[in-house]
Amino acid sequence: MPGRIITITSGKGGVGKTTATANIGVALARRGQRVACVDADIGLRNLDVVMGLENRIVYDLVDVVEGRARLRQALIKDKRLPELQLLPAAQTREKSAVNEKQMIKLCDDLRREFDFVLIDSPAGIELGFKNSIAPADEVLIIVTPEVSSVRDADRVIGLTEASEKSSPKLIINRLRPAMVRRGEMMDTADVLEVLAIELIGIVPEDETIITSTNKGQPVALEDRSVAGAAFTHIAQRLLGEEVPFQVFDESDGLMERLARLFRRNQ
Amino acid sequence: MNFLSRIFNRPAESDSAQVAKQRLQLVLAQDRTNISTETLNVLKDEMINVISKHVEIDRANVQVSMAHTNRGEQLIANIPVVGARAPAPPAAAPRRVSTRRTRSARA
Repeated sequence: MPGRIITITSGKGGVGKTTATANIGVALARRGQRVACVDADIGLRNLDVVMGLENRIVYDLVDVVEGRARLRQALIKDKRLPELQLLPAAQTREKSAVNEKQMIKLCDDLRREFDFVLIDSPAGIELGFKNSIAPADEVLIIVTPEVSSVRDADRVIGLTEASEKSSPKLIINRLRPAMVRRGEMMDTADVLEVLAIELIGIVPEDETIITSTNKGQPVALEDRSVAGAAFTHIAQRLLGEEVPFQVFDESDGLMERLARLFRRNQ
Repeated sequence: MNFLSRIFNRPAESDSAQVAKQRLQLVLAQDRTNISTETLNVLKDEMINVISKHVEIDRANVQVSMAHTNRGEQLIANIPVVGARAPAPPAAAPRRVSTRRTRSARA
């Protein structure tokens, strides 16, 4: 059976596309799936550093498309997880080095050997985005609960639906439960009401994302972090498992409450 | 007591989340339909003119806006009615308006 091609995109930059791609890839591979992560952000590659594979790049996506390397030569095997491989983006080329037709061909070749092809889309709605969406069977839209991110996501949802893809699914990233409880951040229901698409995951803000990215070790490699667990749940839902959505209800720390009290009394 | 309840009950300090949601619903309705605020204003003036021919309305308080709902984009006009205006008289005696209540009509 040919593999599924899933594109992770957002419109707005900096909301967590690359982190999500790496972690969902890791979580799927840990469940025995053969996964190829494709960095489609040509000129601004980052999936390699987030996955900790930056020192092993020999050939890249553009080399494959232009025939200088075979797919198998460009793919980097993750030594921690034998089922996981990365196809890095070219760093010194531009988005226009590849077109939609070439991306479709490339991903069709990949899906013959992998169960999942995860495409990390660049930010924006221009050429790089279109190249990333063209081969996709499924699209995951990642959003943070902020006005600019939600607005851009709405635009990307519209463009995805216009390209006759199946309805995209939503990942709400960097949710801060304490702020939601204080009425200072939109909650899951608010975002879903505004965007009106199906939810596939909620990932709470988690500092371990930063420390793990510092080291090039995606959090989903281990079971300890809340964000890692949330990405694992997304992978499980992609595999058709019924996983209930977590309710994040951590309380504010005492210090946080006291600090707020003093602010108010000033 | 007040001190303790402040620590433990934490009344909502602000409701900026709801503000964010409402602003998004408005801006997305405009994005999706490509109807600008300027177009809405022109629409509003023309609606006031048309409706005023038949119904006496509170012109200053007419509101025309876009809203995004689950069933798609809606154009919402809020038009306070002052009273029914007599139709342009042919020859018959003018009818008197009996009600002076202000009402809102949704179009």
